[in-house]
Amino acid sequence: MGWSEGRRILRTGPPRLRRCQSAHCNPSRSGARALWYGGVGGGGPLARAYKENPLKLELRGITKRFGDVVANDHIDLTVEPGEIHALLGENGAGKTTLMNVLYGLLQPDEGEILINGVPRTCNSPREAIAAGIGMVHQHFMLVPVFTVAENVMLGDERIRSRLPFLGFLDRRRARQDVLKVSADYGLEVDPDAIVEDLPVGLQQRVEIIKALRRQADLLILDEPTAVLTPQETDELLAVMRSLKADGKSIVFISHKLREVRAIADRITVIRHGRVIGTTGPETSEDELAAMMVGRAVRLRVEKKPATPGDVVLDIRDLRVVDDRGHRVVDGVNLQVRAGEVLGIAGVQGNGQTELVEAVMGLRPVVSGVISLEGQNLIGRTTKQILRAGVGYVPEDRSHDGVVRDFSVAENLVLDLYDRKPFASGLALRPQEIATSARKRIAEFDVRTSSPDTPVGTLSGGNQQKVIVAREMSRPLKLFVASQPTRGVDVGSTEFIHARIVAERDQGTAVLLVSSELDEVLALADRVAVMYRGKVLDIVTPDAPREHIGLLMAGVTGAAGPDGEAATTPTTATEHTDAAARETDSDEPGDESGGEDTP
Amino acid sequence: MTSSTVADSGAAGPSTGDGPGRRSIGRAVIDAVTTANSWMVTILAILLAFVVGGVIIVLSDPGVLRRFEYFFSRPSDALEAVWESVSGAYSALLRGSILDPEDLREAIAGEEPWTEVFEPLSETLTYATPLILMGLAVALAFRAGMFNIGVEGQAVLGALTAALAGFGLSLPAGLHLVVALLAGIAGGALWGLIPGWLKARTGAHEVITTIMLNYIAGSLLLYLINLDGIHHPERNDAISKPVYDTALLPRLAGDQLRLNLGILIALLAAGGVAWLLQRSTIGFEFRAVGSNPDAARTAGMSVGKTYVLVMAFAGGLAGLGGASVLLGIATSSALTPAIIGGIGFDGITVALLGRARPWGVVLAGLLFGALRAGAPGMQAVADVPVQMVTILQALIVMFIAAPAFVKEVFRLRQSRAGALGQTLAKGWNG
Repeated sequence: MGWSEGRRILRTGPPRLRRCQSAHCNPSRSGARALWYGGVGGGGPLARAYKENPLKLELRGITKRFGDVVANDHIDLTVEPGEIHALLGENGAGKTTLMNVLYGLLQPDEGEILINGVPRTCNSPREAIAAGIGMVHQHFMLVPVFTVAENVMLGDERIRSRLPFLGFLDRRRARQDVLKVSADYGLEVDPDAIVEDLPVGLQQRVEIIKALRRQADLLILDEPTAVLTPQETDELLAVMRSLKADGKSIVFISHKLREVRAIADRITVIRHGRVIGTTGPETSEDELAAMMVGRAVRLRVEKKPATPGDVVLDIRDLRVVDDRGHRVVDGVNLQVRAGEVLGIAGVQGNGQTELVEAVMGLRPVVSGVISLEGQNLIGRTTKQILRAGVGYVPEDRSHDGVVRDFSVAENLVLDLYDRKPFASGLALRPQEIATSARKRIAEFDVRTSSPDTPVGTLSGGNQQKVIVAREMSRPLKLFVASQPTRGVDVGSTEFIHARIVAERDQGTAVLLVSSELDEVLALADRVAVMYRGKVLDIVTPDAPREHIGLLMAGVTGAAGPDGEAATTPTTATEHTDAAARETDSDEPGDESGGEDTP
Repeated sequence: MTSSTVADSGAAGPSTGDGPGRRSIGRAVIDAVTTANSWMVTILAILLAFVVGGVIIVLSDPGVLRRFEYFFSRPSDALEAVWESVSGAYSALLRGSILDPEDLREAIAGEEPWTEVFEPLSETLTYATPLILMGLAVALAFRAGMFNIGVEGQAVLGALTAALAGFGLSLPAGLHLVVALLAGIAGGALWGLIPGWLKARTGAHEVITTIMLNYIAGSLLLYLINLDGIHHPERNDAISKPVYDTALLPRLAGDQLRLNLGILIALLAAGGVAWLLQRSTIGFEFRAVGSNPDAARTAGMSVGKTYVLVMAFAGGLAGLGGASVLLGIATSSALTPAIIGGIGFDGITVALLGRARPWGVVLAGLLFGALRAGAPGMQAVADVPVQMVTILQALIVMFIAAPAFVKEVFRLRQSRAGALGQTLAKGWNG
């Protein structure tokens, strides 16, 4: 469906050319593209086939109700051709509902959708795709065991045959399509890789390629950066710019102010299903946050200087391996004192996850010492460690943090259910559990209709507040928080940050792991930077951002960036480059000398 | 069909294994059973099964089919025959499982003892007893995320150990029964413990190990029955010595009716399982591990311990079910190779129908018990083979397993009864 004849011809181009195509896997897509068109002969139906149809989208008075809940209330939105239009709003504001209406997954109760001035109704994603709309969902719709090329052709399989139904799947052409789209937009990905082996950032690329191959002129990206590392985010933003340069329109759904301001041409803010306003990227983060939340928001964490006490958590020479047996924590030494926040910064996947799991007894330790107030923790069960006065907010909320089918009240006692007062002997005491739940819900401002509501129906921010409330509801010596605000709205983030600082001020030692550098810098009293399983340095949060950025990329003060890059194994260079690109924009390559000593 | 649903269903299909973050087939089945069905769907599925069963009854009745040969000249003839055939079969089923008005009239007139009137109900409850216990064994494991296919084997072991205690020991009445039942529980628990331990220790999938243990249990029974000391010395066929009368489940309504203490034990067990799941710390762990083992582990629960424990509990229930067959139903109160005879597998369907809820299992067990009790009457009176009941059971579970289909059928009917135009306007592209 929706395949022009010209495009079909394009796909069966001369074989020699295809080889050129794959050889030119470089991000400067203009080069590869010029070569492609040059090879084909320029002009004619072929060039026409790839020319963009500028698509102007207008939504007028879209209203969508779910029972009594009005998810979208007369929303007007215009996306100009070649525009990156950000849709900003807290979780549950109605952004995703609106996009599902646009993509044909939901039918609006009122209002109309105009494409290039013509009203259209899309009853299914297939019709939306035919109209030139592509969507990259927050949760990818990929078959994990298929290759990239197979995933891209899924739902639009071509066969090599003259007969309408019989014939072989044209895998070769699917591969070529992937290579071509990759080269055109700087979306490098191996068409033969199995999707489940790819990192999240690349899986997302596959989704984008899927949409582009179906000639999408308007791309909807639903919270695309929620799952990405800072480096991957930067790469995605670059891809978006390249798409825009090509005349594609993009609707970018997010609640991250920094990214939205960095990339969007216009920003529409939605709150409680209504459009609050449309502004430009020059609007300050504070203003945007106020529009989103409906009140002034403190984006900076207010805190007094720490008054560190004795060492609570002592990690010495720790070595841990991951599930595949690779050593991912390699000789880490860290001390966290009472009354301070030790932040661990680093690109995700540099051993932070495994370090925390080792501390919590969730992962065996190869060698080293972990002790809590002088008592050895290695070999103890997670339950014993929790009982020893450790609170833990796991990195992956829905995976490890909550039981979605359980009620809010049950989740609030998930690691306390067998202790007084919630149990006597083998019997649970529902009364106590309910009373305590009501107290926690009020204290931690969890937005839920009742304590018996299943936690899975709450927004991400409220689920996270349930976890934080649970872990802070007992006296703690150590609080371990891993990505405490990932996928959490501004209001909840503000709240959780304040609670972490309050916990510190009570004299609890806090170990904070976050892949968001801003968060680490805002909360931590000391920042340890992890790179490839090692702590490269511990700095103060007011150290120059570029210095920390370089450390995150594995560049220490000892060697110049070039020398370091040369000694780093090839797999790491990509990260190194990306990180360097992010941080050294002001004065490239000049960070090697004269900063804080390690 | 949309592109996203294609990718979606594709993703659900091939994902196997228990790796974190991925749904195994077993878990998908468990989810579908425990959460996806509403009571409405369950009731509709039963209704639909009886309708389809009626069609099968008609198709297998040569008399009715003959009338259809001249359907167009006299349609009333054929329709009448259909009605007679189906209503005859189903009313015979009801008379055999709940109440026969004929018997009631004769009893009131004093021509028959009242026990005749209560016999159908007594039979229903008698058959329901092991079905409920074995259904609970499956349901409990379901709730902790385990697919216990091994109920059959666990029940065989339970019957075996109960029999050993029943004819191997001589104890006073009452105490002997308690000991025999406890022996049954212990035997089943042991047989359940093995797959639980294997899963906790090595990750071996319980579906595979429990199926294999079923075979082993069957063979073990066959071997032991023929051993001296167990084999009935005066018989040539494979049958053990009978258990002493002191170990038998006492009958509740006189010797004429088979109704015995087992049904009360089954109801007690259902109450116990309900309490365990909802009101105890162990049940909290079971449910947490069942819905999200990773979060349970992160919260400090021992997932492996839970697997072992829940399988031991489930095995114990199945063993109790096996003991209740031996001590309450088995004709000569002795072990035979077919003593459990597939009741364990019926327990799986009972648990599915009961949506893995203890009281749901009780209701489902009563329904299946009634079908079993009514089947012989249906064959005798309406000449519909006993196997029809098995077909009905299978149809019910099939429709339960396909809630979307049942809903669709239901919606179709609704729109036909209402406005046809609505169906046309809405379309079927969803």
